[in-house]
Amino acid sequence: MVNDMKDLSVELCGVKLDNPVIPASGTFGFGREHNEFYDINILGSISIKGTTREARFGNPTPRIAECRSGLINSVGLQNPGVDAVVAEELPHLRSIFHKPIIANVSGFSIDEYVECCQKMDSAEQVAIIEVNVSCPNVHNGGMSFGTQPEMAAEVTRAVKAVTHKPVFIKLSPNVTDIVAIARACEEAGADGICLINTLLGMRIDTMRRRAVIANKMGGLSGPAVFPVAVRMVYQVSKACNIPVMGCGGVESASDVIEMMMAGATAVQVGAANLKNPYACKEIIESLPTEMDRLGITSLRDIIGIVE
Amino acid sequence: MYKRAKYTIRENTPLTTSVYRMCLEGDTQWITRPGQFVNIELDGLYLRRPISICDWDENSITLIYKVVGRGTEQMSRMTQGEVLDVLTGLGNGFNPDVECQKVLLVGGGVGVPPLYRLAKELLGRGRSVSVVLGFGSKAELFYEEEFRALGADVYVSTVDGSAGVKGFVTDAICEGNISFDYFYACGPLPMLKALSQSCEQSGELSFEERMGCGFGACMGCSCKTLTGNKRICKEGPVMRKEEILW
Repeated sequence: MVNDMKDLSVELCGVKLDNPVIPASGTFGFGREHNEFYDINILGSISIKGTTREARFGNPTPRIAECRSGLINSVGLQNPGVDAVVAEELPHLRSIFHKPIIANVSGFSIDEYVECCQKMDSAEQVAIIEVNVSCPNVHNGGMSFGTQPEMAAEVTRAVKAVTHKPVFIKLSPNVTDIVAIARACEEAGADGICLINTLLGMRIDTMRRRAVIANKMGGLSGPAVFPVAVRMVYQVSKACNIPVMGCGGVESASDVIEMMMAGATAVQVGAANLKNPYACKEIIESLPTEMDRLGITSLRDIIGIVE
Repeated sequence: MYKRAKYTIRENTPLTTSVYRMCLEGDTQWITRPGQFVNIELDGLYLRRPISICDWDENSITLIYKVVGRGTEQMSRMTQGEVLDVLTGLGNGFNPDVECQKVLLVGGGVGVPPLYRLAKELLGRGRSVSVVLGFGSKAELFYEEEFRALGADVYVSTVDGSAGVKGFVTDAICEGNISFDYFYACGPLPMLKALSQSCEQSGELSFEERMGCGFGACMGCSCKTLTGNKRICKEGPVMRKEEILW
């Protein structure tokens, strides 16, 4: 049995995970839909749908455009608001998923980030808070906090001042110097970095001569962005002394191992969950075989092994 | 409840120059209502393609689709024996158990297929069923005879007047002086809107939208309704007339 000899467990800021595979925020809702396909307790953890202070409908439709090796989305942080998430979604999630979760939080002001993080910090099943300063689909918020080192640091400091749980800052790849932003977050007290969010992209319907997406632009994800994610995980993990969660285009056990060799302690799977609802389960189940093929006994041994 | 399953293509034949019928063989236990859809994985395309279910029995599904882009074009070239990876039993579907006597079914173009199974179910429940099928021209017309064979009263409209009443489905409803106390519709948005506004009766309408996943996870296809935000793929694609925000 290959499985018995392989150690898939990892640790993120003291939070022990059975394996490093985590569905990325926005591709897994609050677990309800995927739990109809398989028992989601196989997952390392779950990063829940991005939550804001107020309920949001998000952007007008169409919000989805297909691309070669991926898709563009412009959902725009649709969610029922932090109070409804804490009161309704988290208890339901606890009834179907019996492990600690990652709360993904977004905002349009420092105050909003602070309030959402405080509320998530008090929720027992939340182990890690993931602060999204990188949503490309909202104006006057989201990504604008994550494209300048000073702003990212300010959000980090404000959030860290009111929370007790580990705080990961989720960064945007739509920047010229990812290392400067990651370092600014680390210096401001971040416990970890999650990257990458989607790459700003656009598709045009050439028959109708207009953008496919109502908002014109949106975030590109899927295998198309994987090499960008590996590169940024590598750069940031080399430059910082805090753990990195890698995210972007991961589709297979081989991709998970590549991301970990680049420096990721845990790996998020996003777009793949939409195309193949069993993606995370299949990745986790094939990790031991892939580890065996590559002569890996424990996944912890390969984190950041690439020089 | 929805599930992923493998299906083998048993038939893939053109009904018109751009509309095809594909019959798939496989387990259909997850399909519970007319108006539900499947989401089909296609080689080389990242997103699956949502297609409404025209009919099904214990071990086969009939789909009717129009070639409108790369995905459906690729489907049209597939042959008997090929195997498809399909998410099945998606969406809420029409409710055939609404209390009424005379029902009207209105389909526009490729909105027609899901009404076929619905007509069967309604006739099986003893309802009197009128069907209005709207197309651009006679060349695009399909399934008129199939609906007649079920025992429905069938009316046709074409925009150019080459078959049936010249004009839109609403013209055919007026001209046919069709009486009904509940309606079901599937077709292009302008048709649904015109129909909803011209009918005093209550009814159900099936909508479409670009989807990411097709099973409710990505929130890509959300819409606002009078009863809150809904996902076209999950709480839809069928909405009650009274809850729609036009």
